[in-house]
Amino acid sequence: MAANMSLKRNEMPTQDAIIRATNFNEVALGYSEETAIDEALRCLNCKNAPCVAGCPVNIHIPEFIAKVKEGDFEGAYQVIYQSSSLPAVCGRVCPQEKQCEERCIRGIKGESVGIGRLERFVADWHNAHCTETLKKPESNGIKVAVIGSGPSGLTCAGELAKKGYEVTVFEALHTAGGVLVYGIPEFRLPKAIVQKEVDALIALGVDLQTNVVIGKTLTIEELFEAGFKAVFVGSGAGLPRFMNIEGESLNGVYSANEFLTRNNLMKAYKEGSDTPIMKAKHTVVVGGGNVAMDAARTAKRLGSEVTIVYRRTEKELPARLEEVHHAKEEGINFAMLTNPVKINGDENGWVSGIVCDRMELSEPDESGRARPVKIPNSEYEIMTDCVIMSIGTSPNPLIKDTTNGLEVNKYGGIIVDEETALTSLKGVYAGGDAVTGAATVISAMGAGKTAAKAIDEYLKNI
Amino acid sequence: MYKIASKKVLNPFVTQMEIEAPLVAKKAEPGQFIILRVDSEGERIPLTVAGYDREKGLVKIIFQIVGGTTNKLNQKNVGDYISDFVGPLGKATKVDGLKKVCIIGGGVGCAIALPIAQKLKEMGAEVDSIIGFRNKDLLILEEEFKAASDKLVVTTDDGSYGIKGNVTMPLKEALENGIVYDEVITVGPLIMMKFVVATTKPYNIPTTVSMNPIMIDGTGMCGGCRLTVGGVTKFACVDGPDFDGFLIDFDEAMKRGTTYRDFERHAYENTCNLFKKEAK
Repeated sequence: MAANMSLKRNEMPTQDAIIRATNFNEVALGYSEETAIDEALRCLNCKNAPCVAGCPVNIHIPEFIAKVKEGDFEGAYQVIYQSSSLPAVCGRVCPQEKQCEERCIRGIKGESVGIGRLERFVADWHNAHCTETLKKPESNGIKVAVIGSGPSGLTCAGELAKKGYEVTVFEALHTAGGVLVYGIPEFRLPKAIVQKEVDALIALGVDLQTNVVIGKTLTIEELFEAGFKAVFVGSGAGLPRFMNIEGESLNGVYSANEFLTRNNLMKAYKEGSDTPIMKAKHTVVVGGGNVAMDAARTAKRLGSEVTIVYRRTEKELPARLEEVHHAKEEGINFAMLTNPVKINGDENGWVSGIVCDRMELSEPDESGRARPVKIPNSEYEIMTDCVIMSIGTSPNPLIKDTTNGLEVNKYGGIIVDEETALTSLKGVYAGGDAVTGAATVISAMGAGKTAAKAIDEYLKNI
Repeated sequence: MYKIASKKVLNPFVTQMEIEAPLVAKKAEPGQFIILRVDSEGERIPLTVAGYDREKGLVKIIFQIVGGTTNKLNQKNVGDYISDFVGPLGKATKVDGLKKVCIIGGGVGCAIALPIAQKLKEMGAEVDSIIGFRNKDLLILEEEFKAASDKLVVTTDDGSYGIKGNVTMPLKEALENGIVYDEVITVGPLIMMKFVVATTKPYNIPTTVSMNPIMIDGTGMCGGCRLTVGGVTKFACVDGPDFDGFLIDFDEAMKRGTTYRDFERHAYENTCNLFKKEAK
């Protein structure tokens, strides 16, 4: 078939913005088979494949796209699955525009190939059509413990289970999936997809133990005593940050973690849910990352007017362009160059407004981004009854505090060797947000994969 | 799934249960808490550990029926299962080195105060306990406290049992009479703990309070349980639940505690109605 030389990629069909802003169903609907083949034909199958180097888990991108061109969708899935154990997840939440797609040759003159969209299509096709069930590989009898069932833990567990290790995953919450279930909303990543990935791990023989908090219920030392030969720590980011401004303890102030957990994990958005959530009139979300977009769009779906407050300009928003675009389509207001200084409350202790300074950009700071500077006497109040702080997290101290000799950096992140994910303790590996602080799903997966490889090498040699 | 091994009605509003949770029972210490969910659609609620049997693998909880979830839990019986039970969470109450302590429990808070009293007694400390209730019908754990204390005073708001008044009265009297405690440890309604602290402060007696704020995960992730302690934001789930009573902003904590009051009342009524329908 002839290459498709269109400069534009095939659009992703989505739910209408006005309708979707009132429901929690998935926003993006996915390519059809015809559209997928048409988009695949835009790939030039470059010899040096720069896209592959842009992928944290090095999926053989041109190879899987070539299979899509032929209509061999299951074949395409098998190519992806060699490198990534969570394609249906990554096809949805990876920042492809900053990874594989950023390096696509077609992107120099026109739009890059929709690699992420194709990945999602292939994974969904597989999930809808594949009837073959995974089988537990022959066991090598060696026990490995994985702490946390988020993207890094699931990946590490999957890789090791495929090699025959007896893997137990310990999850602190009652449901597996980590940030994929408590953080990312249903409308961006349906929970049924995450459950399917977890079920696949269980089919591979992975033992999932929910309601176990390592550092409390059991310690890493006790895991070794119980016969585990290696431990992977993928406990994720933890404590939400606040701005330390006046009024942050008023009723109606949430961390994004709390707001999202109530909705995503606890299903507070559903009628009749046992878990309460505030039904605000006007919500202000502070922050500009993907989590801020998720919180804002969730609040919108709960019926609130929503304003995102960010101290730099739209250009510096750390969120994915697509998320910003979707948020705008859904009617979310963006107050850029705005920095909160105080939250006002009413006589009963509920939020009544947020006082902000207007900012302007000055010289770049150490992060390379333009430094926002306060415009004198520019203070103004936004009337609001709910404020969601989405300004990042700092690592959870539970494991560090109960594990002698586990070294952490000044931010509390676990120190690891980059090549092997090995920590300061023999047999203990770590990856994901517990190491890097808040980052992406795919980088956590990459770390889980790196660790699995290193654990395998370590255990083969003892 | 976690099996209910025993159930005892302590008063019309307070129930005691022992739950089979061997890993939690092995580690639990007085002052720590657990989080449970009754069923697969349930909310997560924190309850402080009221006791444990390490050998049998049982964890004792005592809860007041205040909202939808505690009402649902109360409808479960011995042999039934609840879907989730995780812990022990939070830090244990610090008891090391204490020689003479006053334990003050209010209402269902007595359930949490009791294991602390027992632990201190076991260590050989002198324990004076003051437990307070609204009225005689709500009295719980009197015998247990008697066994764990050198001296026990019971108060009721209406005078229907013990001394009429609240727990701060006998405390104040003791302090005025020159009794010096190494520490006062108090567990109960926020307003009661606030007044206990106001009573001990003039005598500068270290006072530990056990906080029980709104919480979801209990591992430091959600930040819902934040409190202002000495002007700094702390998370009750990982930094507490025990804090220096002199540093707690009680007024703020009391306001935060009301966030979902209307929702809770509604949920409680709903579960009650459901129960009534089933009973017919």
